[in-house]
Amino acid sequence: MNEFIFFFNSVVINGAVIGSIYAMGAIGVTLVFGILRFAHFAHADMMTLGAFLVLILTALFPAVGPAIGLPTAFVMMPVAMVATAFIAVGIDKLFYKKLRENNVKPVVMVMASVGVTLMLQGLIRFFAGTGTQSLYIDDRKAIFRIDLPFESASRNLVVTEPQLLLFLFLAFAVIALHLFLNKSRLGKAMRAMSDNPDLAKVSGINTNTVVGVTWIIAGALACAAGTLLSLDVTLKPDLSFMILLPIFAAAIVGGVGSPYGALAGGFVVGLTETLAVFNWTFVLRPLERAIPALDLPNTLAFVPTEYKITIPFFILLAILIWRPTGLFKGKII
Amino acid sequence: MGSIIEVQGVSKAFGGLHVINDCSIAVEEGSITGLIGPNGAGKSTLFNLIAGAFPVDQGTITLAGENITNLPSNVLFEKGLLRTFQIAQEFTHMSALENLMMVPPNQPGENIFNTWFQPGKVRDFETGVRQKAMEVIDFIGLDHVKNELAGNLSGGQKKLLELGRTMMVDAKVVLLDEIAAGVNRTLLQDLVGNIKRLNQEMGYTFLVIEHDMDMIAELCDPVIVLAQGSVMVEGTIEEIRNNPQVIEAYFGSDPNEAGA
Repeated sequence: MNEFIFFFNSVVINGAVIGSIYAMGAIGVTLVFGILRFAHFAHADMMTLGAFLVLILTALFPAVGPAIGLPTAFVMMPVAMVATAFIAVGIDKLFYKKLRENNVKPVVMVMASVGVTLMLQGLIRFFAGTGTQSLYIDDRKAIFRIDLPFESASRNLVVTEPQLLLFLFLAFAVIALHLFLNKSRLGKAMRAMSDNPDLAKVSGINTNTVVGVTWIIAGALACAAGTLLSLDVTLKPDLSFMILLPIFAAAIVGGVGSPYGALAGGFVVGLTETLAVFNWTFVLRPLERAIPALDLPNTLAFVPTEYKITIPFFILLAILIWRPTGLFKGKII
Repeated sequence: MGSIIEVQGVSKAFGGLHVINDCSIAVEEGSITGLIGPNGAGKSTLFNLIAGAFPVDQGTITLAGENITNLPSNVLFEKGLLRTFQIAQEFTHMSALENLMMVPPNQPGENIFNTWFQPGKVRDFETGVRQKAMEVIDFIGLDHVKNELAGNLSGGQKKLLELGRTMMVDAKVVLLDEIAAGVNRTLLQDLVGNIKRLNQEMGYTFLVIEHDMDMIAELCDPVIVLAQGSVMVEGTIEEIRNNPQVIEAYFGSDPNEAGA
């Protein structure tokens, strides 16, 4: 029983946590791709940027959180989301719009977004330094240890407050996005434009508004993902850049252009990753007691932890070879 | 009545291939003008130039006296110049009705602030658009498939939907690109009937590219024949049919003459 709880804590919960982060990033990437038709590499650094805005706000008003009973950073997140959304629109106006108006090839847009990545990384390091920061300033991370009602279970189910907030926020964001895309006129215009951009242009859809809204959603989600990830671990300037590859893998696994696919893709990549580096020795200990001849090594994992980053790579390659359109056919919102 | 579209001295080359050479046509307001010509004559290119799909190399295009040369297609849409596509285009993952409801420009619901702050205005407009879309879908005879995803419609139904799209706004000029291609005879009769009704009842001007000569004969007056990127001859369908130049362009020179 304890072994199972250990497995659940380290694979299912951790996998779902990182999966949710990937999913949130991948939804943004996939929406931008669906509307603007290019891979937006600066997305990860928009996540970091959002988290740093939260850090600034948290440092300015450290007492807000304890008054409400939530982490201050989480309370400040909506404000930073709005700010990041505006910054995303601003970046588009400053850099991408001019290229778009000149009808450049998608690869030029991709290169421009790599440039934006480097700029954002530089700016973040310039203002915040290269060190590690915590989003908990005046408060502490709450950890819930849930006792399980089984005789044989001496271990607890462990989940932290930011992890719970992450799951709740993701559920809220996905439902809100679903309603927006399927019920509102603007959301339908977004779907239409991702479905058939040429027709959208000649059938009265205001493509500029749609592009703006896409950046608003992508920016806000990026900020939320960055903040919730930093709350779970710590905030570093290269925090999100390190997960850029898994995010793109998640978007492609789900079928680029499909936000529901991106959601599923995020969890597929996240759970596979944690499962691959999981150390089976602990779980197999009882077996060793029964069969002493079985001499278990200290670590027994499919992939050593240091090579974790190869997992999304592998998933990416596998999908591109066997199912290039993604698990769910892409290019539709 | 004067001409609503005037194309003057337009040329277009793709690389070294001169597709349109100093071409001038005029479309009378209220007419259904046909544009025919052998394959490769430049019909579709001329269409795309008028519709703003790509820029002209030379020459001017005017819509009701206003210079519209090289304006992008979304601006032309707002000025009432609409087009259909040779291969019917649709938003595949939306119902036929939703496809039509996308069309009216500047809908209040397409504005971020209205969605939040003026939901009533958005809802009223939405009701109006839905009603209009219902009327249109009834007019084009697609009532029975209005909730079907547009991607699942037959080729002919998609063409009807293309026509329906032009009815969602008050179009001045509609460019029809091979609307009959791939449409069965029964549906074609509906289509022709609808085009005539739109022309007579709502005053639409049509410029039609078509390969189906029966349809041209039934629908269009006058007919412009394009060959090698410029106008060969213009006139009624009877004049065109008896014109030796046209026959030569379509079928090559008379074999008896050539053999002699």
